[in-house]
Amino acid sequence: MLKKTPLYDIHKALGAKMVDFAGWEMPVQYTGVIDEHLAVRTSCGLFDVSHMGEIEVSGDSAIDFVQFVMTNDIERVTDGQCQYSPLCREDGSVVDDTIVYRFNIDRYLFVVNASNTAKVLDWFKQVQKKEQFPDLVIEDLSGIYSQIAIQGPKSVEVMKPLLDIDPGQIKTFRFHMGLLLGEIEAVVSRTGYTGEDGFEIYLDPSDAPAVWQALMEAGKPFGIAPIGLGARDTLRLEMGYPLYGHELSDEITPIEAGLGKYVKFTKDFLGREVLEKQAANGTERALVGIKMIDAGIPRAGYEIHSNGKKTGEVVSGTSSPSLKAGIGTGFVATKLKAPGTEVEVVIRGRAAKAQVVPLPFYRK
Amino acid sequence: MEFPKDLKYTKEHEWVKVEGNIATVGITDYAQDSLGDVVYVELPQEGATVTKHEPFGVVESVKAVSDLYAPLSGSVTEVNDAIVDSPEAINEDPYGDAWMIKVEIANTGELGDLLTADEYQKFIEEEK
Repeated sequence: MLKKTPLYDIHKALGAKMVDFAGWEMPVQYTGVIDEHLAVRTSCGLFDVSHMGEIEVSGDSAIDFVQFVMTNDIERVTDGQCQYSPLCREDGSVVDDTIVYRFNIDRYLFVVNASNTAKVLDWFKQVQKKEQFPDLVIEDLSGIYSQIAIQGPKSVEVMKPLLDIDPGQIKTFRFHMGLLLGEIEAVVSRTGYTGEDGFEIYLDPSDAPAVWQALMEAGKPFGIAPIGLGARDTLRLEMGYPLYGHELSDEITPIEAGLGKYVKFTKDFLGREVLEKQAANGTERALVGIKMIDAGIPRAGYEIHSNGKKTGEVVSGTSSPSLKAGIGTGFVATKLKAPGTEVEVVIRGRAAKAQVVPLPFYRK
Repeated sequence: MEFPKDLKYTKEHEWVKVEGNIATVGITDYAQDSLGDVVYVELPQEGATVTKHEPFGVVESVKAVSDLYAPLSGSVTEVNDAIVDSPEAINEDPYGDAWMIKVEIANTGELGDLLTADEYQKFIEEEK
């Protein structure tokens, strides 16, 4: 039985096509991926991302635990800020990637991928058991949080009449704990997964429908659109943002995935030894952006060739609605990672010409 | 959703219009709707041979790749190159501008296997 978010009935009423995503019945599209994608780039769009997992870590040793499991450095941010980080094992492989919300020095919320929530929780508990973290509490709060994201250049204006403060005052990667519609408690962060301005809103599931409808209403003059997982994926890929299971996995390290700036060797953490070596000596393969020169669309699993020989594989690929071109990410031999390098993507047995390009694919 | 009565259909969601010994082939309204925004099409060359139930081309939406299956065997007499440049026509006019290929029918016996509009509609109701 697939899980349903509190916005399920609203999605059905909007005519959404629903799909199974990590055990959840989620909207993949409403009117069409391209329309929805462009609505977010030009105006704003509303996403139900209630399937995301939320794990809270609290207690006297919370900060030590958080620093130990994440590669980024939470001491570089203050209370009320959030930070992106991979979560690595000792061998440098990635358990998941996350945004950590720092409420205070003793309390943190990890927002994790729906498909990895149980895995991260289990892994956190293993780490807790193995190491000494007195009075540490690890709690799965996925059930008590729904999440709605509003993304696009009009997001601040749409949010303004709903929030108890001027949403424009919430700085990038900071959050505000306040009231929506005068009475609904929510955590509102200036974050997102699209490359556009916007907010992610965490609230009680029973409040989600009212907030969704209020945002749709407030956004009407701006042409707000509900956005499915299809456009969520094309938006994030145009920005080169990693998606677990594609650019990151149990077999990929953050250094290979080009996420070195989120790995801080100024502190101790799981995987440090391996990642420090990789950062210093380089890796055999590197994640690159690929843009088609010949016609065709790269897709996950397609081989990447260099001068007729296999060098790697595509991990994400699509037809970019903004660029109107086939784009993708893939791993190639590190010596091929320089932008401008010509490679071939093998599409149904035919080697189609493509080029390594810098990320993000899309720039305003 | 439309299913013109003068067309024949397949369970792989192609439509066929038979005129003399030539069959015009495209994908159905249901197929284009299930695919979503079509962004890429690959069709055979004129003169190519297609075989019933075998792929003759590919259609790609933003999200996925789908094979196109030949409803009949024969040789391709005409290809609609316009939709290669404007694949969105497949969403906009699947039974008109977005026809895909014309095939000279090799074996008229295969025509009996095609579904009527009513049979096809019943089939997709059951598939849902």
